[in-house]
Amino acid sequence: MRHIISLLIENEAGGLSRVAGLFSARGYNIESLTVAPTEDSTLSRMTIVTIGSDDVVEQIIKQLNKLIDVIKVLNLSDGDHIEYELMLVKIHVTDKNREVIKHTTDTFSGHIVDTTDISYTIKLTGTTSKLDTFINTIGHSSILETVRTGASGIGRGERTLKV
Amino acid sequence: MELTGAEITIRCLQAEGVDHIFGYPGGAVLFIYDELCKQNKVKHILVRHEQAAVHAADGYARSSRKTGVALVTSGPGVTNAVTGIATAYMDSIPMVIISGQVPTYAIGLDAFQEVDTVGITRPCVKHNFLVKDITELATTIKKAFYIASTGRPGPVLVDIPKDISQQKTEFSYPDSVFMRSYDPIIKVSLEQVKKAAQLILGAKRPMIYAGGGVILSNASTQLINLVQIMGFPCTNTLMGLGGYPATDKFFVGMLGMHGTYEANMAMQDCDVLIAIGARFDDRVIGNPKHFSNNERKIVHIDIDPSSISKRVKVDVPIIGDISDVLDDLIRLLRIDKEKLDLIALRAWWTQINLWRERDCLKYDRASTIIKPQMVIERLYEITKGDAFITSDVGQHQMWAAQFYKFDKPRRWINSGGLGTMGFGLPAAMGVQFVNPGSTVACVTGEASIQMCIQELSTCKQYNLPLKIINLNNRYMGMVRQWQEFFHGNRYAESYMDALPDFVKLAESYGHVGMKIESPGDIESALREAFKLKNRLVFMDFITDQTENVFPMIPGGKGLSEMILV
Ligand SMILES: Cc1ncc(C[n+]2csc(CCOP(=O)(O)OP(=O)(O)O)c2C)c(N)n1
Repeated sequence: MRHIISLLIENEAGGLSRVAGLFSARGYNIESLTVAPTEDSTLSRMTIVTIGSDDVVEQIIKQLNKLIDVIKVLNLSDGDHIEYELMLVKIHVTDKNREVIKHTTDTFSGHIVDTTDISYTIKLTGTTSKLDTFINTIGHSSILETVRTGASGIGRGERTLKV
Repeated sequence: MELTGAEITIRCLQAEGVDHIFGYPGGAVLFIYDELCKQNKVKHILVRHEQAAVHAADGYARSSRKTGVALVTSGPGVTNAVTGIATAYMDSIPMVIISGQVPTYAIGLDAFQEVDTVGITRPCVKHNFLVKDITELATTIKKAFYIASTGRPGPVLVDIPKDISQQKTEFSYPDSVFMRSYDPIIKVSLEQVKKAAQLILGAKRPMIYAGGGVILSNASTQLINLVQIMGFPCTNTLMGLGGYPATDKFFVGMLGMHGTYEANMAMQDCDVLIAIGARFDDRVIGNPKHFSNNERKIVHIDIDPSSISKRVKVDVPIIGDISDVLDDLIRLLRIDKEKLDLIALRAWWTQINLWRERDCLKYDRASTIIKPQMVIERLYEITKGDAFITSDVGQHQMWAAQFYKFDKPRRWINSGGLGTMGFGLPAAMGVQFVNPGSTVACVTGEASIQMCIQELSTCKQYNLPLKIINLNNRYMGMVRQWQEFFHGNRYAESYMDALPDFVKLAESYGHVGMKIESPGDIESALREAFKLKNRLVFMDFITDQTENVFPMIPGGKGLSEMILV
């Protein structure tokens, strides 16, 4: 099962490698990982997407909690949450596909942020599966390049992860 | 007053009450060494290899209740220390390792003797620090001692660049530290303890399985109380030996791969299992699938939540310091003790006693070649069961664990988790330093002892009167045993050829050497050796080459699938 885990960690050198090292040392899988400081610059917030059975994810969360620099861990998938990922896609455009691409971009609420005669760069946000669907709709053959941030997540409503 | 980083480091060690530190100098730690020699509160012990420094600090910690401290230089000093650090990590030993690093301005430039110490040690420490700012040095060292010794203990490394040890700042040592990300104080859930008590009182075939956590938490007294009040059978893991007195009638011996028949059978057949400071390790329960073939309810007491349901699903987890949890549990059990089904318990003991009659540790006592088991039995008698015994890794380690009846905690010092050959001798040095008047023996094999043999020199320098019991079978015995059982008797590279003359070797280091070749001489030789109170005696016992450790659970098999003699 796919799980999305949020954590707060001291914003110190080496924090990321402690988390990444834990995953590789214990053979856990990382689908994506995002990290950046929070409004309090002494704290970093990470969102990790992982795939594993409930038992494995329980272990992952316990092991993350055991890292000395980690302050709090939350399995967002345990409750209601919102997740967004940002994707930039560069697409090869021709007279034939130009309109279709514009239309698809609109349908997915994307924005064309850069254009040349032969390419569009499109910015899209949404869930990981929405971005996957966009790519499949456009078709791999006309895609020149994609960059994705991996998911960032936050709890819905009053559900917060704070120190 | 402003002090240098080196002075601050020493002042911090003094403030922590450190009396011995084990180390080896080099370029990156020269300022620290310079300060060490200007004072006499912290005594530095010069080893002959950094691995030994860490093992000595480890033996020091295991045999006392203190945190061990080691000091090594950058680069090769650190890489040599890694085996020792990983050994301590696997067994949750409180330790602080101070390492030198190249100056901050040289980090990342492939400087002479530079390694990424924090990176290399990250997976085998509880935590580590690189000090980049002199004003943070004192608090960092305070944090290191705090983290190492609280919660589930473990080694913590502090990497100090050379320029930091030279720079100056105002010194003050904090009395305490607060870390918002680390709070080792756990409030025991009384709810869980109540649930556990209920389960336990309903048991028909109860079993207590206690591991190294009991030793680390100094909870031996509570464990003894629990067992005595309830009258339940108790087993200890390799790491837990001494946690419950081995000579007591409720003790069924060690369990696991080379555990007793009765302990393993009871573990498999019990209906309520009380696991205390133990982690259902693969060497303990064998195949987890086979283990769960039998239905049983499990109560698991541990300080580390990640130990719970890691290999085996448990029914009632209780997170907390074992001493605290057992205090609560015993209080509840006492109140309702009469609920216990004594008839069932008596029947259970009848079954266990039948298993005991199998006499699984028997060996040929009439042999004309020295049987290693007999050496340990005589060692036990002559030291009146009161010695500190360290060991290396292999058959000798298992025989020591099976045949030396440890009645007290912290007397059995071995590398259980990592299984590090070379641990025994340097660990014994650490034990002797912190227990100066006590008898310390190292049970080893001719392969293991050669991995840190250079420490005989350290023993000479500091007059450590260790007794080395070398069970010399001219084989890497444990490897040979596996090859005999599982690899068609092909003894690939497990024969120990070109052995030194250990007697002469010991003598060349200024110690006493003895070679013992006949069973009739075991006792008198041991007596003679232990009479030499101020000398290290290296006893080379020429033992039966073909002897194997029994019982044995082959890899992947279950607890009740033991190979027996
Ligand atoms: C550093 C290290 N290398 C290899 C091993 C694998 N190993 C486990 S037991 C053993 C043989 C030990 O032989 P010896 O010390 O003579 O003891 P014996 O088994 O004969 O009693 C070996 C090689 C290990 N545990 N540690």
